[in-house]
Amino acid sequence: MEIFGLTAREISEKVRKKEISPKEVVSAFLERVEEIEPKVRAFISITPELAMETAKQIEEHLMKGEDIGLLAGVPIAIKDNICTKGIRTTCASRILENFVPPYDATVVKLLKEAGAIIVGKTNMDEFAMGSSTENSAFFPTHNPYDLDRVPGGSSGGSAAAVSAREAPLALGSDTGGSIRQPASFCGIVGFKPTYGRVSRYGLVAFASSLDQIGPLTANVGDCILLFSIIAQYDPLDSTSAPLPTPPLEEMLVPEAKGLKIGLVQELFGEGIEEEVKEKVLEAVKYLEEKGAIVEWVSLPHLSYALPCYYIIAPSEASSNLARYDGVKYGLRVEADGIIPMYMETRDKGFGPEVKRRIMLGTYALSAGYYDAYYLKALKVRTLIKRDFDKAFEKFDILISPTSPIPPFKIGEKIDDPLKMYMADICTIPINLAALPAISLPAGLDSQGLPVGLQMIGKPFEEVVLLKTAFAYEEANPLLPLKPPI
Amino acid sequence: MRRLTKEEVEHVAYLARLSLTEEEKEMFTEQLNRILEAFAQLQQLPTDDVEPLSHIIPLKNVFAEDEPKDSLPVDEALANAPEKEDGYFLVPRIIED
Repeated sequence: MEIFGLTAREISEKVRKKEISPKEVVSAFLERVEEIEPKVRAFISITPELAMETAKQIEEHLMKGEDIGLLAGVPIAIKDNICTKGIRTTCASRILENFVPPYDATVVKLLKEAGAIIVGKTNMDEFAMGSSTENSAFFPTHNPYDLDRVPGGSSGGSAAAVSAREAPLALGSDTGGSIRQPASFCGIVGFKPTYGRVSRYGLVAFASSLDQIGPLTANVGDCILLFSIIAQYDPLDSTSAPLPTPPLEEMLVPEAKGLKIGLVQELFGEGIEEEVKEKVLEAVKYLEEKGAIVEWVSLPHLSYALPCYYIIAPSEASSNLARYDGVKYGLRVEADGIIPMYMETRDKGFGPEVKRRIMLGTYALSAGYYDAYYLKALKVRTLIKRDFDKAFEKFDILISPTSPIPPFKIGEKIDDPLKMYMADICTIPINLAALPAISLPAGLDSQGLPVGLQMIGKPFEEVVLLKTAFAYEEANPLLPLKPPI
Repeated sequence: MRRLTKEEVEHVAYLARLSLTEEEKEMFTEQLNRILEAFAQLQQLPTDDVEPLSHIIPLKNVFAEDEPKDSLPVDEALANAPEKEDGYFLVPRIIED
């Protein structure tokens, strides 16, 4: 088998046993990147020299018999809103086009300590705002299953890179589905841990009460491995949960026997395409085979999740993005006086979707409208959270489709923001309730496009969720999926 | 629900420090109205007795020990600044002579 076809766990094991060298691994993936990139365009920056240099260092440690870490020699792609010291971090925005962070995000520091090799920074919707990666200020990314279609978003570059095996692992961020929806569109595994489980230090903030970093991988075992590295309490993030990291061996056990699984009625209803429903319900049968008990459950307030999210997230964004003022970092457009300088800089630096959300958030927070919009949305968020709390009194895991529709064509929805927002309908309730959720491939539809299934767990009970996901993958003979590219 | 006027959109843009072109003003007036219209369903939900959810996980008052630690050196902190002088960020003149 080609090196680029190996799983991260296989690579790590072979490197450890000195069957392959870190340099061989990196060369194989860089070759693959060179072959695939002209078609897929998953990366904003590729860092071949740095990757080869890191591989050389790991090789030296290995030869000296030193501890090299669980991800030693495994290439990883990082979404371009996660700070990497000395590597340009653009958020796919003109305003940060030349921003080089002076420090590493905590997750990047942890990856380096574990021996992972960064091969590049991936494309995304500008500031993680979007569901198709078309909002990148630089170029769109193409879906490896059909190059005319979007890879999903906002972590579309990370999802496409893993799907096309340009890297065995990637990191993304998920504010309303930005890891899970592109994972679903690209036929891979995407996991958003519980809010607070993974440090956000060094993640460029979009909506601070919703943002969470997580893995995108080709299979569940690799997802568990990567999660075990990044799930660490971090004093540098005041919302980081002071909990121990779940042990890797405990998670790497496929198990679903006796689990109570609830199918979320509202997320199999209106707006969800028939074929998506069918594929997800077919996939659920594999969990029943593994001994899970499956029933329907209703969460009545989920129909309010979309407006609730699209008030809260833009409100937080309008405040977070105030820092891009042409003074501290990034672009500055000269104008007559300081306020005109701010206004011209932000006009030239931000793309249409970012401006739209800043406007929406500024309006929702402005005097006279705060109670009607922002405060109202926070109250509805409480109702949505209560629905989940109640469902989890009876069920261990909840299941829905990840996306209501299969991957759509590039250009199909970009002129209609509301239609684009609808693509997040199944994923945003999970961020509002701060829950862990994973997207797994359910299979391919009649057009050969991937359909994703979403499993939702209880807060901080990632172990149960990942073991269930592992059992599902083991039972489903179609997995892991391989794109035609 | 009352519609947003173009003048209100201009005011919001000023609050957000965005200088919009005429075309953008027209586009955002239309789009924001459509979005807010679609979101009007929120207002139908009774929430008088519901507490707003502002902290999703039960963490309160996270304090750090008051110990000095190394921070980013000034030149590194300023490395990305469009303009700097003598260890400071430089902004256009704000106070007249």
